[in-house]
Parts: sequence; C-alpha cells; structure tokens
Amino acid sequence: MLILNCPYCGVDAEETELAAGGEAHLKRFGPGSSDDEFHDYLFMRENPKGVHFERWRHANGCGKWFHAARCTNTLEVFGTYTAQTSEPPQDIKDAIAAKRPGWTWREFS
Amino acid sequence: MKHYSAFAVAREALRYHTGWERAWRSPEPKKRYDVIIIGAGGHGLATAYYLGKNYGIQNVAVIEKGWLGGGNTGRNTTIIRSNYLQDPSAAIYEKARGLYEDLSQDLNYNIMFSPRGVIMLAQTQHEIRGYQRTAHANALQGVKTEWIGPERVKELVPIINLDGPRYPVLGGLWQERGGTARHDAVAWGYARACSAMGMDIIQQCEVTGVRSQDGRVVGVDTTKGAIDCDKLGIVVAGHSGQLAEMAGFRLPLEAVALQALVSEPIKPCMDVVVMANTVHGYMSQSDKGEMVIGGGTDGFNNFTQRGSFHHIEETVRALVETFPMISRLKMLRQWGGIVDMTGDRSPILSKTPLGGCFINCGWGTGGFKAIPGSGWGMAQLMATGHSPLTEAFSLDRFKEGRFIDESVAAGVAH
Repeated sequence: MLILNCPYCGVDAEETELAAGGEAHLKRFGPGSSDDEFHDYLFMRENPKGVHFERWRHANGCGKWFHAARCTNTLEVFGTYTAQTSEPPQDIKDAIAAKRPGWTWREFS
Repeated sequence: MKHYSAFAVAREALRYHTGWERAWRSPEPKKRYDVIIIGAGGHGLATAYYLGKNYGIQNVAVIEKGWLGGGNTGRNTTIIRSNYLQDPSAAIYEKARGLYEDLSQDLNYNIMFSPRGVIMLAQTQHEIRGYQRTAHANALQGVKTEWIGPERVKELVPIINLDGPRYPVLGGLWQERGGTARHDAVAWGYARACSAMGMDIIQQCEVTGVRSQDGRVVGVDTTKGAIDCDKLGIVVAGHSGQLAEMAGFRLPLEAVALQALVSEPIKPCMDVVVMANTVHGYMSQSDKGEMVIGGGTDGFNNFTQRGSFHHIEETVRALVETFPMISRLKMLRQWGGIVDMTGDRSPILSKTPLGGCFINCGWGTGGFKAIPGSGWGMAQLMATGHSPLTEAFSLDRFKEGRFIDESVAAGVAH
C-alpha cells in the first residue's frame, strides 16, 4: 500500500487515508488562450513511466492538499512537499537525482 | 495451416496426436514489410488479420515486446457487451459483438464465445434512469437490450440478494446476446490465422525507436534490428504514450492499474454476467467454475501491473452483500493490468501527426469486448485512410470538443 508523509500534519498516511489529485504543477489556461494551450492544459498529461509529480489530499486526516514526488514504475516515493509552490523544492529534486541520475520531468530536472 | 475439425481430432487420436503442427510460426524479422503493427495483443492481431482478410495486405509483421496475448488481452475479465449510450461507441462495440458471434468459425479456432447474457445492475435511482435511457438509446442504435425489473433479475440470477441494506437491486439493463469468450483463445486464434496468411508474428522483440523521413514513418528500430515499413500501427495499450513519444507526438492518456481476481472453482451457480457499477464490481463464472471478479482502478498513475489491495477489499465487500453465498469462497489469484485512460473514457483510433503512422489506444478498462470491431475499423483506416467505425474516435476530438463521453454515460466500469 502506498504510504505518503503529509508535510502539514506530519502523519505517515496510508493510501486509504488519502485522495489522489492528479498531476502537479499544471499551468492553467483559460479565456484568451489558444486552442492548443487549452487542449494541452485540459488533456495532455505527462503520464511518465518513471519520476512523476502529483497532487494528493490528506482527505481523511488534516484535509490539506500537498505534493508528492513518486516513481510510477516502481511505486517508490522520493518525498512530499507543500502545495504552496509552483515547482518542486531543491531538496526533493536532489533526493530524486540521488536515485534517478539524469531525470527530467517537464521543464524540471 | 492444417484445418481444425472433428475429423482432425479423430485422425490424430488414431496416431497418438503426433500430427499437430505449431499454431503459428516464430520467424526472424524480414528487412521490410508493407505494414508493421506494434503489439501482439487482441487489438493488434485483429488489425493485422482484417488487413489481410478484407484488404489483401498480407506482407505484415506484428511485433511484440513480451509474448503474444500476454498483456491486457490475458488479464481482463472476458466480458463482451455493446450496451453503450453514445452512437459511435454502440456502433464499434456492436460490430465487435456481432463478429464475436461467428469468430470461431471465421478463424477456425474455438474462442469459446458464450452469449450467456449480461446484466448491469441498477442499485440507485440515478442508475435506473441512466439504464432506461441507455435501453432507449440502444433501441434506436439497433442494439438489442432491455430494461428489466428486480423480479426478472432474480429469475436470471437466483444467487443474488435483491434487498441488501446498502446496495439494493432495483432492476437492470439486460443484453441477452452479451457474454464472455476465452480471452487467450481470441489472441491465439487471430495469431494462427495471421500466420497462415504469411504474416510474421515476432515475439520477444521490443521496439526502441520509430524512424521517419520528411514527416513520414519509414520503419522501426527494434531489439532484433531495424525493420522498414510503409505504414505503422501502434496498438499497445498501457505503453502507448512511450511509443507515441518515439514517433514524435503526445497522447491525452494516463496509465493506471486495473485489477481482477478469481475464486476457487465451484459448481455452476451463475450462468450470466453481472456488473454492478455503483460498487465497481462485476462477476461471472468461468467454464472451470471459478468466480471471475473485476474491480476498480487506482486513482494514480501506475505502470507496475500491481494495484492497491484496498480496491479489491472494497469490491469484494460490496459483492458479498449482493451475493451472500460467495462470502466463504477462497480467492485463488489476483492480478493487475495497465490500462490507458482518455479524458472521455473512449478509445482513440486515429491517424497521427506522423504520416503513415496510426494509433489504436485508450481502451481503458474495456478493450477486450471490442477486439474484432477495433481490428476491423483499424484495418479499414490503415488500408483506405478512412473508416466510418473509427471516424469519431480521432485524436483531434479533444481539441475540437467532440467528446464521446462514456464516463458520464456508464459511471465507471466499461
């Protein structure tokens, strides 16, 4: 079972306590954007086989949204971090680099 | 290819079964093919088969990373139905169901199609309205389904408990000619027929790159060397995104794990397929007597072919309420498959931004039932550039807002 540490309340939460919230760090496009931008924002997910960043909610706990860095190929968790950011913090990137040298995800590496 | 028949069985019985030949050849790849299909699952093999049968294109290779039929074709719960709400879905799934009816004769291979009937249970007021609407839509589409009340459900499924406290059975959508088939046999039957037409099925051969020139596909790189082709079909389910990346475009897909499990074999007790979408569970009894149970998907991206245990727990808990007699059954096996989900829960059968390259993916949780129709339409698309069956399922429908929204129509399980 997937276990993520909630960066807000500090609890190691099991999957049944959490709600998955999809891909993280989406840049939102709305009125005034091009068809391509809106299409990509709505439907084009990274869907990587490997390092991935996701939003999760500690639904049956403190209720807070947070971010997780995970490997979709091994289910390994690299770390969790606050939702109040638009990109993964350096310590999470370093933790991933230690396990997956040369990783990239969207514009991050 | 030697014809399978009762006479052949009798003949072989008289000579200690020494005359059977391999069902398909395992050749080394040639330098060039007219068409290469990536993925020797049901959809890929069916595409190759109808390319040969309907369009005479027989210089075809089907390339498979693992073994034939070893992906989702061998991992599903074998349910066949076509009771979909949207017209394009009903058309392709009913085409498939119709082809399943005499596929054994067509392929000269017993795929064990069993039109035992499929009930989708209505367990909420919302589902009653939804399924009555689907029944009316199906009548207009020429798909034979009917809305039935709880008494008729009980007649068809004596082991069902109608008045469960959480999930009462309020009726159901009944498709009499839906049912099941032997999933491996579908892949094997198509493979044997393809091989007999001279097509090469190349297993244990992973595609590592797609080669193109002036915006057109010219071949693929594989672990068995480079192979040239005029046209390429990518038919790989869970790893469609990885293959598309090699071909230089992206797909609106997310890969998640879907799970299923089977019980120990018991005496025949249920001769229809029962689906309960409210609780994300469905069940049928295999010819061996096992209760085959399908569950829900995880909510997060996953490529491991292992799902989360609590989904199985939830499915089984709900099914035990509806079928109290299964409560003491031991479960024998549990497994997961990687399904590729689109935003509208309908598949993509389409041309791609790369010339000569076609994609068939996004079947999500319900691809098995569509195999013959999908292959039929995909072959037409690849051979002629257009197919009325696949037209609505094009890749650009997301940009154009032409969704085929089966997620709202069917709730969950497809």
